[in-house]
Amino acid sequence: MSTQVPQQTDETDAETEPDAAEEPSKGDLRREKKAERAAEREREAEAAENAAAGGNTRELKVFRFDPEIEGKQEPRFDEFHVPFEKGMTVLDALIYARDTYDSSLTFRHSCRQAVCGSDAMFVNGQQRLACKTQLSELSEPVRVEPLPHADVRKDLVVDMEHFYDQMDAVEPFFDADELPEDELAEQRQSRQNREKVKMSTRCIWCGACMSSCNIAAGDNQYLGPAALNKAYRFAMDDREGEARKQERLEIIEQEHGVWRCQTQFSCTEVCPKDIPLTEHIQELKREAVKNNLKFW
Amino acid sequence: MASNTTYEHDVIVVGAGGAGLRAAIAAQEAGADVAIVSKLHPVRSHTGAAEGGINAAIRDGDSWEDHAYDTMKGSDYLGDAPAIEALCRESPKETIQLEHWGMAFSREEDGTVSQRPFGGLSFPRTTYAGAETGHQLLHTMYEQVVKRGIEVYDEWHVMNLAVTDEEDPTERSCHGVVGYEIRSGEIAGFRARDGVILATGGMGQVFDHTTNAVANTGDGVAMAYRAGVPMEDMEFIQFHPTTLPSTGVLISEGVRGEGGILYNDEGERFMFEHGYANNDGELASRDVVARAELTEVNEGRGIEDEYVHLDMRHLGEDRILDRLENILHLAEDFEGVDGLDEPMPVKPGQHYAMGGIETNEYGRTCVDGLYAVGECACASVHGANRLGGNALPELIVFGKLAGRHAAGEEFDEPEIETGKRGEYEDADFESPVTLGERAGDDAGTAADAAADGGEAVANPDAVLDVAVDREIDRVEELLATDGVNHAEIRSTVQETMTANVNVFREEEGLTEALSDLREARDRYTDVGVSDPSRTFNTDLLHTLETQNILDIAEALTMGALARNEFRGAHWRKENQIRDDENWLKHTLISWNDGDPDLWYRSVILEGENKRYEPKIRSY
Repeated sequence: MSTQVPQQTDETDAETEPDAAEEPSKGDLRREKKAERAAEREREAEAAENAAAGGNTRELKVFRFDPEIEGKQEPRFDEFHVPFEKGMTVLDALIYARDTYDSSLTFRHSCRQAVCGSDAMFVNGQQRLACKTQLSELSEPVRVEPLPHADVRKDLVVDMEHFYDQMDAVEPFFDADELPEDELAEQRQSRQNREKVKMSTRCIWCGACMSSCNIAAGDNQYLGPAALNKAYRFAMDDREGEARKQERLEIIEQEHGVWRCQTQFSCTEVCPKDIPLTEHIQELKREAVKNNLKFW
Repeated sequence: MASNTTYEHDVIVVGAGGAGLRAAIAAQEAGADVAIVSKLHPVRSHTGAAEGGINAAIRDGDSWEDHAYDTMKGSDYLGDAPAIEALCRESPKETIQLEHWGMAFSREEDGTVSQRPFGGLSFPRTTYAGAETGHQLLHTMYEQVVKRGIEVYDEWHVMNLAVTDEEDPTERSCHGVVGYEIRSGEIAGFRARDGVILATGGMGQVFDHTTNAVANTGDGVAMAYRAGVPMEDMEFIQFHPTTLPSTGVLISEGVRGEGGILYNDEGERFMFEHGYANNDGELASRDVVARAELTEVNEGRGIEDEYVHLDMRHLGEDRILDRLENILHLAEDFEGVDGLDEPMPVKPGQHYAMGGIETNEYGRTCVDGLYAVGECACASVHGANRLGGNALPELIVFGKLAGRHAAGEEFDEPEIETGKRGEYEDADFESPVTLGERAGDDAGTAADAAADGGEAVANPDAVLDVAVDREIDRVEELLATDGVNHAEIRSTVQETMTANVNVFREEEGLTEALSDLREARDRYTDVGVSDPSRTFNTDLLHTLETQNILDIAEALTMGALARNEFRGAHWRKENQIRDDENWLKHTLISWNDGDPDLWYRSVILEGENKRYEPKIRSY
């Protein structure tokens, strides 16, 4: 698991050991190391306990809710004291708390490296990915809550259906007007154009932006930053033709589209992939205006 | 709780990573009503973490034959030629297909897609999108699934297969799967009129230092195994040479492809200076580099006795930002290192399973109606060692073939045999401990039920209902038991596997691992789930997964103990040579109704137009 600390071999031991007459086999060395590791683990476990008793722990206040379990139907916060290790993330701490104290503590997580987008949460009042948020950067107690403006299913798990519906609403798929006839010939795309859409393709559908957006909170039909960014990703891709772009601009111009955005930049601030969401929305607005002027 | 619903489709795809999505698209294009059932929402799949690229011979001066030769050599002559040739022949078309679906590949000045050098390749044919090729591939493919309106049952964990119970597994047939809806706790049958395609990905959670996601618990492999499909070449695990020490996060081979250099604690460029790969240096095959790094560490030249340095600073900021930007973020976020200013610490970590569910070159298993594609499958294209850039083409090529096959398209007779028929060899393998399931354990298939004296199920219509009922009983029992926490068992397995079945293997350690696994299996009979909730019960989900981890870890270790030679990623202390005389053969392990049975089948080195003669694999 990711909470492992790198093993440090005890240097003084290694130095005081006399040169053996015969080379120990790799297996011997490994067994020796294994024994060392086992001892190390014991020391760590002890240290963790001492730390828990003494002080080098972090306090987490974690939101708990389960619609069908007595005592959890009313939301509450549980406190967990987790032994702190250098490099520990909020996700590491949650995993520790779950595997050590309470196996019913529930949250989504998978890749542990900020690419699956499962573990966006509200940590100390901001939308963040738990796996790439270092505990050392947070003040205590660390409050961990589910994403705001979404229905909570249980503990830190929210209903993502609305988010997915908004993504679907922008027809989120590449759809060229025409393709090369040769199945072995690629469409050409300039480096500049690829660069233009690059950031927009990095979206991992974590939902942090949508959760942070005041407009989305007040207008359930607002497409929201992630879906608009997805629309940008295709509308700006030169490989799709003019006809398709026209259709895309109509989608984002609808009542609950780009014009709702009030450029508060909260989505851009919380995006864990650094996508300039607000800028993309602004650029779509400009495209829409240009497009409408064409028909004058 | 009774099952309320039975869902029904022509083809059911289990898993929604690259292979599953491609299979679903192909099956639908061939006219099938197809649905995807997946533990994770598709965009959460671990294909998204693949960084490097897609090998495809699409340029002048390159050929699919050269790609096949490199792949066979990289496999250390344990790949089957018909599967390798299918991969290499189809990859160009499938790669360009992704481009036609809008994938954001990196580009050359003239607007064509970029390719770069990768380890073990004779031509720079790794087609890429920055250092986030898998993310781009996964999202592009999911977009096409949305476009086609293919039904996706997401956050449905598939617990088991509905397979008939004839005594000979090659006479069995698959009629669907049993799913568990994570959100509601509902258990339901999914009837497959034409076929089930397993695309459940890797099994890295068998180890404790892995690049794999937490969800990669080898579910499909374990399910197929228990239904009678052999696991093939399970001992071949790729340890990626460049993972971050504290988390196991992957640093792409692309860094070395672009010119990144490995240094030991003494500042030596050890790949050359210590003679591990005098020609290719850092770009030697992954197993070669991983062993070199660990040898450096074992001989006292590691940094902090644990890792080595990967330096890319000399590439310059522009090139790094253009082609490897993602690497900077990973090193910064997960190791606190700025790759522009300092070298990155790296060490080998479990990365990829070359082995898996035995299939032929169309992804078919020996059980009628059951297919497997992607990392969970073993066709086999990777043999004893997978080349970087060969996993993603495997997903799209075999995903497509299996999808079409399952939807009823006609194909030529396969060259590769499956199941215990045709020519094979029984192994002389004595396990130091009792393997498999002890009498009285109860977590098997319909076939097990019959073997245990239960109701025999050869009737295809009844088999799904029986399978659903068994799973309902199993869940009820787990929820009612206040027993051992799965997390304890899982970490025992992961620790012994990483200690004893790692890059360097020897008989004593392997035996120890088997006995640790025996104990873990015994403890699992007392496992219980303490969260009583039906809503999003991850305690239950992880407990179910841990059964799969146990089955896989055992088979993997059996294979590693049986194969007393050094081939590709598998190294044995007792016989440190590649022993072609005795070991040009695949290891197969059959569940055999709870009493695992190890056997062998010869490798197929005959290609369509030539034979691949085993040569010394030097780089």
